[in-house]
Amino acid sequence: MVIDLDKCSGCQACVVACQAENNIAIIGPAESAKGRTIHWMELIPYIEGEYPHIKARLIPRPCMHCDHPPCTKVCPVYATYINEEGLVAQINHRCIGCRYCTTACPYTVKYFNWYPPEWPKEMKGSLNRDVSIRTKGVVEKCTFCSHRLLRARERAKAEGRDLLPEDYIPACVQACPSGAMFFGDLNDPHSMVSTLSRERRAFRLMEELGTEPKVFYLSEGT
Amino acid sequence: MSGNDVKPVEDAILFEPMMKTGKAFYLALSGLVAVILWAGWAYLHQYRNGLGVTGLARPVFWGVYITNFVFFIGISHAGTLISAILRLAKAEWRRSITRSAEVITVLVLFFGVGNILMDLGRPDRMLNIIQYAQFRSPLLWDVASITVYLTASSVYLFLPLIPDIALLRDYGGKWKGFYRIFALGWRGTEKQHRLLEKGIAFMAILVIPVAISVHTVVSFVFAMTIQPMWHSAIFGPYFVAGAIFSGIAALIVAMNLIRKVYHLEEYLRPVHFNNLGILLLVMTLLWFYFTFTEYITVYYGGEPLHMMIFWSKFTGRFSLPFWGMFFFCFVIPMPLLSFRKTRTPLGTLIASISIVIGMWLERFIIVVPTLTNPRLPNETVLYSPTWIEWSVFAGCISFFILLYMIFTKVFPIVSIWEIREGREKSVAEVQERIKTYLPGISVE
Repeated sequence: MVIDLDKCSGCQACVVACQAENNIAIIGPAESAKGRTIHWMELIPYIEGEYPHIKARLIPRPCMHCDHPPCTKVCPVYATYINEEGLVAQINHRCIGCRYCTTACPYTVKYFNWYPPEWPKEMKGSLNRDVSIRTKGVVEKCTFCSHRLLRARERAKAEGRDLLPEDYIPACVQACPSGAMFFGDLNDPHSMVSTLSRERRAFRLMEELGTEPKVFYLSEGT
Repeated sequence: MSGNDVKPVEDAILFEPMMKTGKAFYLALSGLVAVILWAGWAYLHQYRNGLGVTGLARPVFWGVYITNFVFFIGISHAGTLISAILRLAKAEWRRSITRSAEVITVLVLFFGVGNILMDLGRPDRMLNIIQYAQFRSPLLWDVASITVYLTASSVYLFLPLIPDIALLRDYGGKWKGFYRIFALGWRGTEKQHRLLEKGIAFMAILVIPVAISVHTVVSFVFAMTIQPMWHSAIFGPYFVAGAIFSGIAALIVAMNLIRKVYHLEEYLRPVHFNNLGILLLVMTLLWFYFTFTEYITVYYGGEPLHMMIFWSKFTGRFSLPFWGMFFFCFVIPMPLLSFRKTRTPLGTLIASISIVIGMWLERFIIVVPTLTNPRLPNETVLYSPTWIEWSVFAGCISFFILLYMIFTKVFPIVSIWEIREGREKSVAEVQERIKTYLPGISVE
């Protein structure tokens, strides 16, 4: 995934799209104040430098889907692992809720269900049937909408053709109104994301940790 | 032979707890049971509603339960390890204290493990740890090494109990059938004694590396992540030293209680407290050394992330528990343990209580500040434990005391046969041994 921060307007459409797509529980204001919200995609304020040379910007932060994820190493039950697509997957019905992965992740992208997930009555009908609902006491995080990949693959199979890059994009990328988000195969040297990731403006979060995130950011002056 | 041919009247006071039970015992029992029931109710509340009832949140995913886990596992190093070292070193003063130490280990381990289980979001799935075991995870190393430790410590507690159980069987008190089974046909023959001593010596050696591995691996849960101030090579030895430190302190507290309650002043003498006090003093200094090394390394490295956590401990929002830890772990016990005059049962008791509190704070100060300062900007979340967590903690301590009390009612808390053996054989043995140390004295 590539996110062009120079194009991002901070509108949070990606956040909303993600919440709706992935059946993310609605956490009330009281619990939110305690830090119990769940956002697979979140806009985080990134402040660089010190006054008077201060620079603040908002960075959309999904799961980085690292090539060397610190979280998968520590899971005692293989409930989080790198799957054959290279995505960091999460098996919600196996997770024992020890929260070791949540503490090990340097990007703090993992969330815990402190209570059973809840939605207002009106929303219950519009839950996404492709995404399983988590129970209380398990960890969840961004999956790059891997259920969409399953779907796309099945459709391609039914139509008797190969999977095309445009068949599968996550909800956040689809929703971005300013066209700041790109999704595709980083291993394919001709793909859009691959080209962008090699741009001068490209960087990744905390590259020095050696986690090899698969989310690239583009920004002038970095 | 210190077997059954000795009249049970000797050391009668050691048999007394098993024979007579006073009002005070039942009073304490009901008090403890009340706390345990309260804690059980609190946990039930958490089990039903989810971990939201605790003070935890993102990014402070771990709190009091994990602190307790590390703390209780640390306390467990009181027994087996110290007893094993004293046995192997042939320290004769060990005889009246080994049992009370070993019991701590076996019992407190359950609460270490219990706290991890209570910290799980889905305790109903805990067996996944066996079904889907992933041995790259340090948590699995914990599971493996604590299991071995619990087994080895239980065997190590049981072996020296056998002759005492036989004594109780022949004493003619309550539960004869029970003692008969567990005495395993002990008759105190020469052959049985030889076998027993071999077994104890073997277990004593085995248990030392296992005990060290346990707390090293507990530290690895933190050290194997890349989180600032956890990812440190010092954590293994630091945790082991801290564990022995808090372990000896817990032992001294337990010994003081046993001594008072069962009037064992003759068996647990000031010299025992003095000797353990010296050991504890060594550990106090070692603790200071490790703590100093840990923080000065961070300070001189000066990495911004580390410094943020460093200052939150020294002057920031964790300064109270941090300096509390320093005060309880060093400032109070150091002078008390330094002087012979204050290395009395009472003096060491005060120092030990202080150390036990201080070491709990240390575990807390390791777990929480790092999580409070994540790498990516995050809304500040201040962790303050709720009544649920405190209740469960109180319940764990009460349950531990309860089990310990019950143990003293079923088995002698001071090893009777070892005391007798010391009286009958060791005096001569030690004399012989000293002769082998020195030139100019002929060995007979």
